[in-house]
Amino acid sequence: MEKFEVIVVGAGLAGLAAAWKLAEKGVEVLVLERGDYPGAKNVTGGRLYVNPVRDLFPDLWSAAPLERYIVHEGATLMARDRSVAIDYSGDELKAEPHQSYSVLRGKFDRWLAEQVEAKGAMLLTKVRVDDVIMENGKVAGVLAGGDELKADVVIACDGVLSLVSEKAGLRKPGLPKDYAVGIKEVITLDAGVINDRFRLEGNEGAAHLFVGDVTKGCFGGGFLYTNKDSISLGLVAGIHEYAGIGPSTDVPGLLEAFKKRPEISSLIRGGSTAEYAAHVIPEGGFRAISPLYGNGILVAGDAAGFAVNIGFTVRGMEYALASGYYAGETVLKSKEKGDFSAAALSLYQRLLEESFVLQDMKNFQEAPGVLSNERLFKHYPELAGNLLKDIYAVPAGPKGRLYPTLRKALTLGEMWAQFKDMREVMKI
Amino acid sequence: MTDAALLKVKLGLDVFKPGKEPHIRIKPDCGRDDRLRQVIPVCPAGLYSENEKGEVILTVDGCLECGTCRIFCGPDVLEWQYPEGGTGVQYRFG
Ligand SMILES: Cc1cc2nc3c(=O)[nH]c(=O)nc-3n(C[C@H](O)[C@H](O)[C@H](O)COP(=O)(O)OP(=O)(O)OC[C@H]3O[C@@H](n4cnc5c(N)ncnc54)[C@H](O)[C@@H]3O)c2cc1C
Ligand code: SF4
Repeated sequence: MEKFEVIVVGAGLAGLAAAWKLAEKGVEVLVLERGDYPGAKNVTGGRLYVNPVRDLFPDLWSAAPLERYIVHEGATLMARDRSVAIDYSGDELKAEPHQSYSVLRGKFDRWLAEQVEAKGAMLLTKVRVDDVIMENGKVAGVLAGGDELKADVVIACDGVLSLVSEKAGLRKPGLPKDYAVGIKEVITLDAGVINDRFRLEGNEGAAHLFVGDVTKGCFGGGFLYTNKDSISLGLVAGIHEYAGIGPSTDVPGLLEAFKKRPEISSLIRGGSTAEYAAHVIPEGGFRAISPLYGNGILVAGDAAGFAVNIGFTVRGMEYALASGYYAGETVLKSKEKGDFSAAALSLYQRLLEESFVLQDMKNFQEAPGVLSNERLFKHYPELAGNLLKDIYAVPAGPKGRLYPTLRKALTLGEMWAQFKDMREVMKI
Repeated sequence: MTDAALLKVKLGLDVFKPGKEPHIRIKPDCGRDDRLRQVIPVCPAGLYSENEKGEVILTVDGCLECGTCRIFCGPDVLEWQYPEGGTGVQYRFG
């Protein structure tokens, strides 16, 4: 039987970050990944915000295979028959260091794993962890492909379902209301065409989010990110909202309908879909975070439920990287004391509380509740569209005065409802 | 509603490596469970359907391992595990 100092389950961002931190300090760490290569099972939107994690991995970013730095931020309220968009750009988005990049995990995770291996971590791919080994109430290793692999501590970085922490008795299966499903196509398109269509220069990129008709007024929204020579186009939809929704809509059909929207079809024209992917996303926020540590085990990344959706940004990757990093740091401290009990490993929670990870999760803990208001996805896109329709319309005869036109849509009842919605939104 | 043939074409773009046995199974006598019926429109690969006997069936080929059915139906209804190492979908872009 093999014995290691640390076993990391999952070579996603959380697992690779943990292994990075540990290998750098000379700790013997084994990373187990079920995919053919790191990234083979991983899906993101995606955009990575570098600022929160830049200093944690100082020598990483200059050579990282990131796609484009984002200089255009778009948001569209999509009504059934029209849409209203805003586009934000500014010198600050163009200035270095750039705050966010589009990213493809198939490339990025594989590259990150090479960096981690270069630091001395051992990576085994095509290995699925099937169970944990429990000894005297402590996680003492894992079972994988019939082999018993022992370790002082196991770090579960196995993603959103985290069957490993379920087996260790740390958490129960998640509830549908705390999760969304994301589906996405990568559509290849010539880099020059992307630049022209999205008004970009060189390696500049665009990010665009869409709410409203894209999810038929249910919780969620569409996203579009430009990569070097492809576009990531997809949507996120609350799982429980579509369950049994009836024969008229299904989740794969939402993406087909989204692609056919005139706002989208002209942007992807001539492109060809290279891949179709899907993955669950934690959406429950702070209240749905799973226990973070136990005897001989730590949980990081999506496995712990670290993700924040505040409507115009969806973030999970920085939390995965940072929580992996702090899990690694915790293990280093535990190793000094030779104590891997839950009490010693509780340092992890403290490090996360002092970092942006749990502070963001707490700051945005009202977001899931606020975003469960279906008016945000159904009513407002239609209202905004109708207002602009009336404002811009020039009839054959005289055009009505603007104020009465607006008041027709913004009745007292509507304004009262907006006031109440606003009071909720202000909690975010 | 998605066009089943179109969805098949899209899934055909992905790289899949065959495994020895199905990694998701509907538990015996659960075919009429409401949760399974409700997950039919949610599976991104459209792999759940109802047969002529009114039972929900699953064709696991083309599974994107997204986890939606595991979250929605839970382990009472599904025997759910990831495919064995080195099999199943292998995303090139992700
Ligand atoms: C459609 C979509 C859009 C998103 N958009 C964004 C975005 O724009 N920005 C952002 O920051 N976040 C976004 N997210 C969230 C983000 O992708 C995740 O938070 C992030 O990938 C989590 O990383 P992780 O390392 O915790 O988990 P994962 O990347 O899921 O890694 C888990 C790893 O564990 C492995 N594994 C699992 N079980 C086992 C096992 N039993 N044995 C061996 N290996 C195992 C898996 O193969 C995988 O490699 C999005 C997510 C989705 C699905
Ligand atoms: S894991 Fe996802 S793709 Fe696979 S059967 Fe379940 S819902 Fe469908």
